[in-house]
Amino acid sequence: MTPSDNILCCPVCDALHEVGEVPDGIRLRCIRCHTVLAVGQPEAIIRIVVLAVTALILMSIVVFYPFLELRNGVFTSRASVFQTVMSFSEGVMAPLSIAVAFFVIILPVARLSAIVWALGPLSFDRPPLPGAKTMLRLAETVKPWAMAEIFMVGVAVALVKLADLATLSMGPAFWSFAAIVFITALQDTQMSKYSVWTALDMASKR
Amino acid sequence: MDGSGHGIETLAALTARDAGMVGCRQCTRVWPIGTEVCGLCGSSLESRDRTSLQRVFAWWLVGLLFYIPANLYPMLITRTMGRESDATIVGGVIELAQYGAWGVAFIVFFASVVIPVGKFIAIAYLAMVVRRPHGHKPRNLLHLFELVEWIGRWSMIDVFVVAILVALVQFNLIATINPGIAAVSFALSVVFTMLSAMSFDSRRIWDEIEIISEESSK
Repeated sequence: MTPSDNILCCPVCDALHEVGEVPDGIRLRCIRCHTVLAVGQPEAIIRIVVLAVTALILMSIVVFYPFLELRNGVFTSRASVFQTVMSFSEGVMAPLSIAVAFFVIILPVARLSAIVWALGPLSFDRPPLPGAKTMLRLAETVKPWAMAEIFMVGVAVALVKLADLATLSMGPAFWSFAAIVFITALQDTQMSKYSVWTALDMASKR
Repeated sequence: MDGSGHGIETLAALTARDAGMVGCRQCTRVWPIGTEVCGLCGSSLESRDRTSLQRVFAWWLVGLLFYIPANLYPMLITRTMGRESDATIVGGVIELAQYGAWGVAFIVFFASVVIPVGKFIAIAYLAMVVRRPHGHKPRNLLHLFELVEWIGRWSMIDVFVVAILVALVQFNLIATINPGIAAVSFALSVVFTMLSAMSFDSRRIWDEIEIISEESSK
C-alpha cells in the first residue's frame, strides 16, 4: 500500500484525516486535539520566505548596532545584543554565554536561513536546492530553542529594574529586534507542516 | 471524517496505529506500519515512542537537581560604591515589589517560580497518568501537556534579564553587576525540563485519553 497524498496524520494525537484541497483562508484543525494541520493559503510559501528574508536583514542590524543605552550623570554605557551575549564570557559563566548566543542570535538566524534555503526557490517556481528537506527538518527542530521573543520580555523587565538607577534609551537595534519578534510570529501563523511539506514535495517531483 | 465539529468533543478517533499505519510527526504523512524512515521528509518513524517515559524522567530529575542550587545561590551580584549585595531569584522578585513595580515582579515571579515548579509537578503527573490511566478526567489532560510544552521556554526570562543587566551596568567604581552561579544552574534547569517535556510522546497521552473516555461511556 502506498500512502496517498490526501491522508494526513495529526503529529500530536495520531488521528487520521482525509483532506482534499484546503479552501483559501481556512485553517484545518485536528478533530481531536485541535492542532492546526493545514493552512489554506495559496501564497503562504511566498509570504513565509519574504518574512524570513526581512527578519534576516533586520537581524544583521540587531547584532552590532547599540541596543540599549544607559546614562547616569556623566557615565554612559551602551550595549549591543552582541555584548549582552558576551556578558557571561568570564570564567565559569562562559558556557552560559554560548547558550545565550544560541538562544538569541544563532538559532533564530539558523532557522530563518534554513527556511529561506528550503522554500526560497519554490516561490520563484524553481526546483528546490539540494538538502532542502534536511533544512526544513532543521527549521522545525530548532523552533522551540529560538527565544528571541522571550529575550524581548527580558529587556522589558531589565528596563524596570534599572529605571531609578539611570536613564535608559533604546538604540536602533532595539526596534529592529522588536520587529523581528513580530515578523517571526506572523510567519508562524502561515506555516503548517502539511502545507509546507506538500509544497516542497510537489516542487521536487516536477 | 470532516473537521467541522458539532460542538461535541471527539475523543475517540481512528488513529494511524489503529489503521495499521505509522504517521510522520514531521510532515504528517502516513506509511505502512514497520516503515522506518519517512519517504517524504526522511525523519525516522515510530508508531509510539517506547523509551519516551525513561527519557522524560531522566531529564526531569536532572532539571530538578539544578533547580535547587538555582534558588539557593545568588543570581545577581551588585557592587555599588564598594558595597556588595547578592540577590537570589526570590530576592530579586521581592526587590522589584519593594520598588512598587508589582506588574514586573509578578511576571518574574511567574516565569522563575510558578512556571518551573508547576512544570515539575505537571510533567510528573502526566508521566504517572500515562502509566496508570485510571480515575482521571480526560478533559483535564487535554491541554495540560500543550501548556507545559509551550510555556517552559518562558522561564528563560530571568537568565536574559541577568545578561542584559550585566552587559549594561558596568560603571567600574560606581556600580557593577555580575552574574551569580544561580544564573547557570537556572538556565540548565530550564533546558533540562524543556528536554523532558519534549521527550513526551503526546500520542501516548491520547491513547490513554481514548481508553478513559471509552471506560466512562460504558
